[in-house]
Amino acid sequence: MGFLKKIFGSRATIQQLPAGSITVDRQGRIVTSTVSSSFPRMLLQAVGQDVMELFQQARTAQTPLSEISLHYSSLRITARELRGGAIIFLFPQTALLATPTSRP
Amino acid sequence: MGTRHKILILDDDPDWLALCRDQFVTLASHPDVITANNAKRALAVLETEKIRLLISDLKMPRIDGLQMIAIVRRRFPAIRTVVLSGLEDEEYRSRAYALGVDLFWLKTEMQRNAKLFGECVESLLGQSGQEGGDTGFRGIQSKSLMDIIQMECLSRTSTVLRVTRGPLVAQLWIQEGELTDAECEGARGEAAFQRLLAWKNGTFENLPPEPDRERTIHKPVNALLLESAQNIDETTSPTPEPDTVESNLHRQTMWKLAQLTREGADFVVVVPLNGGEPEGMGTQNVPALAQWTQRAVEIVRRLGERLEAGPLSYVASQSIDRQCFMVARGDRAFLVGWPADATDNLPDKTRKLVASWDS
Repeated sequence: MGFLKKIFGSRATIQQLPAGSITVDRQGRIVTSTVSSSFPRMLLQAVGQDVMELFQQARTAQTPLSEISLHYSSLRITARELRGGAIIFLFPQTALLATPTSRP
Repeated sequence: MGTRHKILILDDDPDWLALCRDQFVTLASHPDVITANNAKRALAVLETEKIRLLISDLKMPRIDGLQMIAIVRRRFPAIRTVVLSGLEDEEYRSRAYALGVDLFWLKTEMQRNAKLFGECVESLLGQSGQEGGDTGFRGIQSKSLMDIIQMECLSRTSTVLRVTRGPLVAQLWIQEGELTDAECEGARGEAAFQRLLAWKNGTFENLPPEPDRERTIHKPVNALLLESAQNIDETTSPTPEPDTVESNLHRQTMWKLAQLTREGADFVVVVPLNGGEPEGMGTQNVPALAQWTQRAVEIVRRLGERLEAGPLSYVASQSIDRQCFMVARGDRAFLVGWPADATDNLPDKTRKLVASWDS
């Protein structure tokens, strides 16, 4: 079995947007997560590390931030600083759900 | 007694269709209102009925509003088209106007301003219903704003010309071919008119005239256009005198400071993303903030690509004493700081400030 796959290869998959929340430590490592386990762990890790880097860079610029929110056309990522680490919320913005224009 | 015009409303929400029907049947011209809840059905109606005006939603399953408008403009060019959408995105407005729609209106605006919307619809029905009303051209492209204003004035029309450029909106009141008032970026009268003519692009639409509007402009429109053309020539002159350069820079600085104060922002930092000197106003910390902005744009864009989350709209951040919004526009990024207690619609205010900063 599986020889059709060998001939035609596997189909390209559409990556689902993550929904839920994660907490990360000061190195950006995931501590807890409510995001579906089907979502690639590496990408979730990248979210944590990038968010922590944004907080770190802001501290270097003498503007320590308590919260940061990244608004993409189909995803909103909101992160709150948490004693060195952070809690990060991921909200997919579906086509029929208007992106809120005000802050959460 | 004139003929009753037919309006076709296309929307996938049955409640909205019922609401629109109730509203349009009360119009003074008592139009015949037909509704359709999908594009296929609407096209079948257009084939069989003599429709004067199509009012379409944008977000619909299978064939969306923009596709529908494109089909209608090609197959039924005489039909007037209005987009009535809940999508508060300037991109959709621009795309709709680029397809040649007569009017783009937000659903929320329609509910708030039902009377004005009704007048616009009446005006469109009237234009189509006049003797020989099917003549005339639409879809003006590659014409400057000066050309459009001159055309409106030469044809001795009465109208309100609304010009939109991203989040900025300006209006010109024209009464029987004479420019009577203008509003643009918080200014009014001649100053607003000059400001508007500096815009290089945008979309425009005709609203019903307001003959009772107070007159603030008394100069002939041609004199004003000439003055504006001279001003634009001076500012774009390739070999300006050193004094002129200095005074232009001073004027620009004053203008930007006035913008900041008027909108209530604390500071603006503009960062060229492909190198170059950052520009800042209202803060002493320009180099550090510029460095953070540049790095943040890189990180956020890279993350967006990895997650396939679509283009970045903006980044909002909060510190103890301030709220900051970062918007990337072309090859520059803007960081705008607002007081911590500012509660208005800050993303929109930021976009507006950035758009006028750029102009």
